[in-house]
This record gives sequence, structure tokens and C-alpha cells, in this order.
Amino acid sequence: MQLEVRTNTPFWLVLFAPLFAMIVALSLCSVLIIWADAPVFTAYGALLNGGLGSRFAIMETLSRSIPLIFTGLAVAVAFRSKFYNIGCEGQLYCGALAAVYIGSGMITLPPIAMIPLLMLCGVIAGGLLLIVPVLLKTHLKVDEVVTTLLLNFIVLLMVSYLIEGPMKDPASLGWPQTASIIDEGVFPPLFEKSRVHLGLIFALIAAVITWIVMRFTTFGYASRAVGLNLQASNFFGIPVNMTIIKVSLISGGLAGLAGVSEVAGLKGYLTLDLSPGFGYTGIVVAMLAQLNPIGVVISAFFISVVYVGADSMSRVLNIPAYLADVIVGVSVLCVLVSVMFTQYRLRFK
Amino acid sequence: MEILELLLTTGFWAATIRIVSPLILATLGELICERAGVLNLGIEGIMTMGAMCGWMWVYQGGDLWTGVLFAFFIGAVFGFIHSCFTVYAGLSQHVTGIGITLFAASLSYYAYRLLLPSATTPPKIVPFENYAIPFLAEIPVFGEALFNQTPLTYFALLLVPIVWYVLYRTPAGLAVRMAGECPVAVEAQGINVLRVRTFAVMIGSGFMAVGGAFLTMSAFDAFYFGMINGRGWIAVALVIFASWKPGKALFGAFIFAGLEALQVRVQQFSGDVIPYQFFLMLPYIMSIVAMIIVARKARYPRALLVPFRKGERI
Amino acid sequence: MPVLELNNISKRFGNLLANENISLALDAGEIVALLGENGAGKTTLMNILFGHYSADEGWIKVNGEILPNHTEAAINAGIGMVHQHFTLADNLSVMENIVLGTESLFAWRQDRAKASKRLENLSHEFGLEIDAQKQVSELTVGERQRVEILKAIYRDVKILILDEPTAVLTPQETEKLFSSLKDLSKKGLTIIFITHKLHEILSVTDRVAVLRRGKLVGEVLTKEADKNILSEMMVGHKVSYPSKKNQQYGDIVVELDNISTVGEKGESSVQLHNITLQVRSHQILGIVGVSGNGQLQLARLLSGMIQHNSGTMNLFGNTIEKNSPLSMIRQGVARIPEDRHTEGIVGEMKLWENLIGERLSLNQMTHFGCCIDKKSAIQHSEQLIDDFDIRCSGTNAQANLLSGGNIQKLILARTLTQNPGFIVANQPVRGLDEGSIAYVQTQLMDARNRGAGILLISTDIDELLTMCDDLMVMCDGYISKVFKAESKSISEIGLMMAGQLGTDNTSIN
Repeated sequence: MQLEVRTNTPFWLVLFAPLFAMIVALSLCSVLIIWADAPVFTAYGALLNGGLGSRFAIMETLSRSIPLIFTGLAVAVAFRSKFYNIGCEGQLYCGALAAVYIGSGMITLPPIAMIPLLMLCGVIAGGLLLIVPVLLKTHLKVDEVVTTLLLNFIVLLMVSYLIEGPMKDPASLGWPQTASIIDEGVFPPLFEKSRVHLGLIFALIAAVITWIVMRFTTFGYASRAVGLNLQASNFFGIPVNMTIIKVSLISGGLAGLAGVSEVAGLKGYLTLDLSPGFGYTGIVVAMLAQLNPIGVVISAFFISVVYVGADSMSRVLNIPAYLADVIVGVSVLCVLVSVMFTQYRLRFK
Repeated sequence: MEILELLLTTGFWAATIRIVSPLILATLGELICERAGVLNLGIEGIMTMGAMCGWMWVYQGGDLWTGVLFAFFIGAVFGFIHSCFTVYAGLSQHVTGIGITLFAASLSYYAYRLLLPSATTPPKIVPFENYAIPFLAEIPVFGEALFNQTPLTYFALLLVPIVWYVLYRTPAGLAVRMAGECPVAVEAQGINVLRVRTFAVMIGSGFMAVGGAFLTMSAFDAFYFGMINGRGWIAVALVIFASWKPGKALFGAFIFAGLEALQVRVQQFSGDVIPYQFFLMLPYIMSIVAMIIVARKARYPRALLVPFRKGERI
Repeated sequence: MPVLELNNISKRFGNLLANENISLALDAGEIVALLGENGAGKTTLMNILFGHYSADEGWIKVNGEILPNHTEAAINAGIGMVHQHFTLADNLSVMENIVLGTESLFAWRQDRAKASKRLENLSHEFGLEIDAQKQVSELTVGERQRVEILKAIYRDVKILILDEPTAVLTPQETEKLFSSLKDLSKKGLTIIFITHKLHEILSVTDRVAVLRRGKLVGEVLTKEADKNILSEMMVGHKVSYPSKKNQQYGDIVVELDNISTVGEKGESSVQLHNITLQVRSHQILGIVGVSGNGQLQLARLLSGMIQHNSGTMNLFGNTIEKNSPLSMIRQGVARIPEDRHTEGIVGEMKLWENLIGERLSLNQMTHFGCCIDKKSAIQHSEQLIDDFDIRCSGTNAQANLLSGGNIQKLILARTLTQNPGFIVANQPVRGLDEGSIAYVQTQLMDARNRGAGILLISTDIDELLTMCDDLMVMCDGYISKVFKAESKSISEIGLMMAGQLGTDNTSIN
């Protein structure tokens, strides 16, 4: 038995590879459900029902998918150039921090200007955080995985300090949280009685723009070439380091937007539990989408179903909600294998 | 002045050695993997898994040492999963590692919650107790600190020369190093590269898991969520800082642990002048700084991150 | 009974039939040449014998016993192989490279004393002297080959396979290698010698087996063969190589004056020292030298990939201050990189994307300066595929699925269509079959006749002698004076390659 390179990949295979991966991941995780003494099909039924079964469920899922689209895009853009940005979590908090800093009374503008301003600040803050890792990579060849990961911890501690100290809301009765974003800066809800906010529209726009940039522009070409073959890209005259720096700034900016949309659209103020690991989940979203920006939207929705559904499933059947994290973790591994089979086939002798 | 005095106290050195133990176990584990050419970013998750498994084993009535063995075994299992992806299928080591971390960490939380659904305060076990080595433990300051530790600490420290010996003085160690430098040469000499790499990743992952287990079975007595807290990533940085050499890894780990032990004490002196978060940031900042220091002259194993596929044209 | 017997070996890679029903038998003490052009299936056959690949059909017997298909079995049966690209770990010592795999992996210690004694004896016996404690990275290419041979002998091989062993040697080193091989064969070793160079066969082998397109087309005794017979057997059809007609040189296109480079710290590759040369229009200047003596740096300098730190570099009369790939492309320099796969193409990208790589950097074939004009890119690519006869399934074919010859055509198409004034070609025909070699050489010769100046780097003296107007020799980063291709004998050039450049700034003997 050995692997053989496919000379051409049928389109359906590319399309269904992530789907197969999810099915395999869910079947593997059913072992854990059995371990919890729960019926597998009932459990997955409860999961689906909790994620999609009612208007409330769908609204919850949609609102959960907003930050995941942003972080998924951030990862997709970076991974395409083989810039392994694992620091989306930190960039998300940086974006949120910037939004709260500017948006909680420092400046007051009408919403039409206030909202873009907050987003711009989030983009800049998220991008800036990646400056150090990317320059270390391009100039000193320091592995960006470790630096971006470590920065997550540093940023979280920084946020912890700020919300306990200088940026603490005096009116918060001792809770470590910042002041709220003023009304002009809040993303209005899209539907009545739901938590889905304007951020969803921004996320979709971001996905489309990213798709266009990646597919049709010379920058998209360059960023892909750099990821596939650094030496040849250099030989072609592509400014390799500049391309990676630009890619990283875009990636950080997108992750920063996730933070802005969470504080301005959902929470209103910044606390330490703003993100339950959206930055890390973004990796799974992007991998499931095979780094395609439009695919990110679909896979973000899908992953949100798993998370939102797992919460209600755990309430109904007493299965720890951590199951959702396990499913997500397993699906990264499964999607890696399924993508491999789009490029290779098994040959039996 | 106070700081200098502090450096001479037994408490400081004892704390340093306690902090160094899990770090050196994890660092050696990562070092073995990378020497064979495989970057194992599953380290953070594998450590969590080891912490949970070792603790749970003892909590369920097992003996401490078999608990360590169990943690090692589970770590090796995850190492095997890692190598199925990275060594046999030749998939991205970065993404696989992150995937393993997400999977192993969440699985250990899931298992913990499942086995102890109603525990509000983390239940405790009786961890390893200090064992003073006769005579040596009576040497003032340093002896008192170094030779009055738990057996798992002695194991961690002894592992450094053992790993060095195996890597540099045995045929198996040569094969591992060669697999990380030039896998084609290994294959040409009739040794199966994939097996060597898998073996190294399994052993290395086992040590990472023991490093995790140290936290729940020796340093503390309970399992907390998020208790690994980036120690795995710091170990990855330390391996680079150590230029992939066991001795230097110990040295690097000691600097880290020393500074960490120091900051706890300085924190007590400093009162509120410096917020405690900045002290907690130190190890992460230092890891980045450490990588910058060695960046220019870092001599990566040549075949690190490069998958080996037999039958590909040489 | 033959020592080694191959029977009806067949091997298929996808659609390519690399070996087809090959049968061959060898006796003890024989030196047999396996002759064939690149891509004829020689290396594949030997990799099957050595257990790297498994044959789809057929079997192999060593001393009458069937050989199982894995490397370990081949080694235990006494087969040793010296690969074309050495399989040595640079950061480890010679000793470590040799003893790997000779001891049980479960042993608790290495017997270093015993190993170094044995190694010393062997290197005395066969005249293959080497310092076993040195790191492999400190060795010259010739010494590395000695290590490879020692690695095999250390394991008591009965059958030694050498894959293109002379490609990296000077003519003198080649002679020395041949005498070592003759010594080895007198001691009963069977040697298989893989090559595509005819004259080597005549001087060292007993018997010749010729492969063509995966098939064994004939076996002859060396004493009954001559170059013409072998050549015809090897290629099968007549290949017309370009002929060189003398032309009047034109203006200077490139001029290097006292150029030196410094590498990054810790980089072990050879750097350029005081390089002075000029290339004129209508001239092909050849750079001779053993691989790894600075030719790569010279090519990279002229490709814009590295900077010089002293001296001046003039291109079409303009002094270049800041060197970059883009500035070279802008000035119309055609660059053919040494390593087609890692520098020449982005393998996972499509053919058309590879064909417009450099054009995009010049902001050509774009809309509004930022979007790719896919329509004209595809048109352009189709034109090039036609013009340069690139065999592929279309513009959307993935580049790394092309054969070596077609990848080289792709690179030529990309660069030559711009009608460049200067071409830097580093090993443009290495590893290609004769048809592709002739094609590439014809294209280069045509470009020269149209007025381009060409710097041609190769390790194959014969290739340079047929293609070039003038030659220079490089050794250890230094370069000789320029001389006419016809003015020196091969052995004189060989001495220069070994360091006797005959200029004052060479410090090496």
C-alpha cells in the first residue's frame, strides 16, 4: 500500500473532503458519548436541535459564527502563505481593547463614523500585535508559531492588568471589566429579539473581499506563491518579505475585527472571558474550509452549530460540553487526512 | 541587596528546582522529537493529558509510580497519533501539532468532567513526598535544596544525562540524530526512517506527559483546568534556545525556573508598585527573548519539518 | 553461477513505464556499465535492486537466493550503493556516517575503538584515505565520495553500485577513482557503474548493458565496442545537436570587476573572491568547475538573488548598486536556475501561473496594476506551450507533474520569449534526456546567434567544449583567466579545476 500523486482531482472530492472529515470526526467522538452512557443518535440529535432546531438556536448559532468567520479568515489568509499565525486569540483581544479604549467615551461620533472608526482601530491593533512575530520571522527566521502562541498569554495578562487597573470601570462594583462602549459605537442587532448583530454583515463582506483579493489580484498570487515555494517566489521577483508582512497585517487585522465585533456587537464591555478560544477555533474553521474565504463562512457556521448545540446537549443528556472542543480538535486532524486524499490516492498492490 | 540575599536561601533554590522539573521533562521530550526531525506542537495538549491521566490514575486508587507510567504510556499513544500524521502520512507538522493539542487538551477536560461530574472544588490526592538523600541533603543551602526533593524531581534531573548518553553514545541515538539530519542516509543504511522517527516521537511525547503529570502528582495535588498554562510552548522555545542539546536545555530551564522563583519572591517585596500580571508575563517574554538571542546562530536539524517519503526520487 | 541475477524486472510510475522486462546477470569481479541517457531507467533499476523501490514484476537473485524487497535485505545480501546525490549527514562526523546501521539499534553502547580500527585498515587497504573525525561538511566533494565508498566497503559489500560517480569529480580524480575501482574488482567485488558518458565506459568496464526508454536494448563486451556503436544503442535515433559557428562578438553586456561576496554568518557555502569577467553579445562564456566551487553563488549573483560587497557589476553599461531579482528581470536578464524544481517553478501552481510569474512582477498582464489579466495570461501561455513544444495537458496542468525536460522548456519559454540581452544558465541540461538536451542547447545557441550574451555554467566539460566560445575555470570561489575553448587540453583544464588556476590571487596550491 502506498500513496500516489493524483494527476487530477475531481471537483466533488474537493467539495466533499471536509464533509467526510466531519462525518469521521463525529463518528470517532461517538465513542466518547457511549463512554458517557448516552445514546449516540439521541445525543447528536440533541446537538443538531440545540444548534439549528429553533429560531433562537439559529440566532445563537449565527451570532456565534461572527467571530469565527473573522478568525477563520485571519487564519486562512496567513496559512495560505505558510505564515502560521496561531495568535488570533491575542489579536482578538487587542482589537477588542482598542475598540473599548476609543469607544467608551473618548470620542463621540455619529454611528455612521463611529462604527468604522472602531473597526479601523481594531484592525490596526490586531495587525500591530503581529509586527513583532513577523519581523522576527522575516529577519531572524524565528519560528512564528511559538512567538504568536506566547503572545496570546502576554496579551491576556495585559488585558487582565488593564481591566483590573487603568481601564477598570468604576461603576462595575468591583468586577474586573472595562466601561461599556457608548451607544453610537454599538453594532445594532439585525433581527428583533436576537443577538445577531451588524457584525455578521461585516463578516460576510470581509469574506467576499478576502476571496476577491486572494483569487484575482497579483497580491493574492504572490501570497500563494510565497506559501507554496519561497525560493521560486523570490526568483520570480516577488518581494517575499514584504508579502509576508502584508499578509500578517491583514491576518492580524481580521482577528482584531473579531474582537471589535464581540465587544461592540455582543458584550458591550471587555472582560477576560470575551473569547472562549475563538482564535484557536479559527484554525479549525480555516482548515475545514481548506483555506478558502467563502468556505470559511460555511465552516464557521458549521462549527458554531457544534458549539451552540453541544451546550444544550450537555444540559439535556449530561454529557460534558467539552465534547464540542473534542469534536473540533478531532476534525482538524480528520480534515488534514481528507485533504491529503484530494492530492494523493492510495495504491494497493 | 535583598535580591542577593535571596539567592542564597534554601527556599529559593528548592523552588527553582521544583519549577525546573516539569520544564526539563517537557523540554527533553520535545528535544527528542525534534532531533528526529519532527516538530511536536502537540506538547501543550499532551502535557495536559499526562497531568490528567497520572492524577486520575492515583485518584482512582492507583499507585504513584504506576500513575507516572500510565501518563507516559498515554503520552506515547498521542505521540503515535502525531507520527501517524506527520511521519507516515507526511502531513504538516505545524497543523497536526495544533490539532493534537486541541484534541488532547479538550479530551482530558472532557474525561475529567465525565469521571468527576459533581466536583466543585478540585479533589486532591496524596502526591509524591520529599525524599531527603542522606548526607547530601545536609550540605547547606544548595544541598538542602537539591537533595530534599520528590523522587520525580530526581528522575527529571537524571534524565538529562541519560538522554544525552542515548543520543550521543548509542547506535539508536545516532539513528535518531541522523533521521533528523539526513533521513535518506538512514534509509540507505538499511534502517527504517519512519520507525525511528515514530519511536522518537513516542518516547518524547511520553516524557512530555510525565512533565504534565509532575504538576498534578508532585508540584500540586489536584488537576486544574488550564494548569499547563503555556509551559509546553515555553519548552518549545527552550529547545531552540538550547540548540537541541540536552545539557544546554537543562541550563536554559534553570535560568527560566530561577527567574520564576525569583519573581514570586520579588513580588512579595514589591507590594503594589508593579502589578502581578507583569511578573506572570516574564516567562513568556523571556521565551521570545531567548529565541531572539539564538536566532542568528540556531542550527536547526536539517530535516526538521521535512517529511520523508520512501520511494520518492532521491 | 552468477553473483547477481535480475529477471524480467518491470516498474511503472503512474503512466510512465520506467523499467520493462529487464534481465541481467553479473559474475564476481566484473565491472559492468549500465549505460543509458537520463530518464532511461538506470537509476530506477538500481533503486529496485537496492530496495528503495519495489518492482511491479520480476525477481532478483543474489548468489542464487531470491532477494526480498527492502533495503535491509539488500544490504545484508552484500549490496552497496553510492548514490549520485550523496546520502551523508553534513553535521555529523565521517565515522558516525559510516557506522550508522552496522550495530544493533538496541545495543547500549557503541564500540568506537573497534570501528575506527576497522575503518583505518580498510582505508589503507584500498587507498581511500580519510580523516574519520572530521565533519562531513568540511570535506570536498571528492572526499565525500570516498566516504560513500567506504560506507559500502565497511559493510563487506560483494556488489557495489555507483550512480554517475564521475559527475562531481575533476578528470584527475576520475582517474584515481577508476584505479580504485579496478583494485576493488580484483579483490572479487562486482561493480555496477551507471553512466551516460561513453568514454568512461571504454576505459574502465568489462561489459556494457545499454538501457533505452526502460528497456534493455543490448549487452556488449567493452573490448568489442566503440563510441559510435554505444551511442547509437543508447539514443536509438539520431539527435542533432546545435553546431557552433564562429561569430563576431558585439558589445559588452555584463562586466564583473573584482567582485566578492560574503555569506551570512554560519553559512557554509563557498563565496566569490575577486571575480573579474565580461560577457559580450554573441558570446557564450562557459564556467568550468567541480560542483560547489562558487558557481552557484556566481549564478545567484547574476540572477539578483544575492548581493556583492565589493567590486563593481555592470549590466548593459549601467552599474548595479542594489541587486535584486526584480531589477534583473527589469533589465531583461534571462535566468535559468540550477534547481528547476525549487527555484524554477512553483510546483503546486498551474502551468500558466508559472509562465507569467516574472511578468506579474513587472506589472505586465494586469488590470489596474493589481489584478491578474487572466485572459491574456492564458493566451500568452497557450502561445508559449505551442512555441516551445511543452508537452502537457493544457494551461491548467499542475507544473510539478511535468517531466524534467518539459519543466526546463517551461523555464526557457518564460525567459527566452522576452528576447533577453543576457542569459545566465546554470546547469541547464543536467538530468535531461538527449532529445531535451539537444533542444535546450539549440535554443541557447539560437539566442546567442540572435545577439544575446550567455554565461553557461556546467560541471560537464564535454558540454562546455561543444557549446562555448570561451571558458573560465572556478575553484573555491576564485576564477581563472579567460581562454579559448580549443586552446587547452582536458587534463590541463582538470588541473585548473583542482586549484591551479594560474592567477596570483589563488592561495591554494
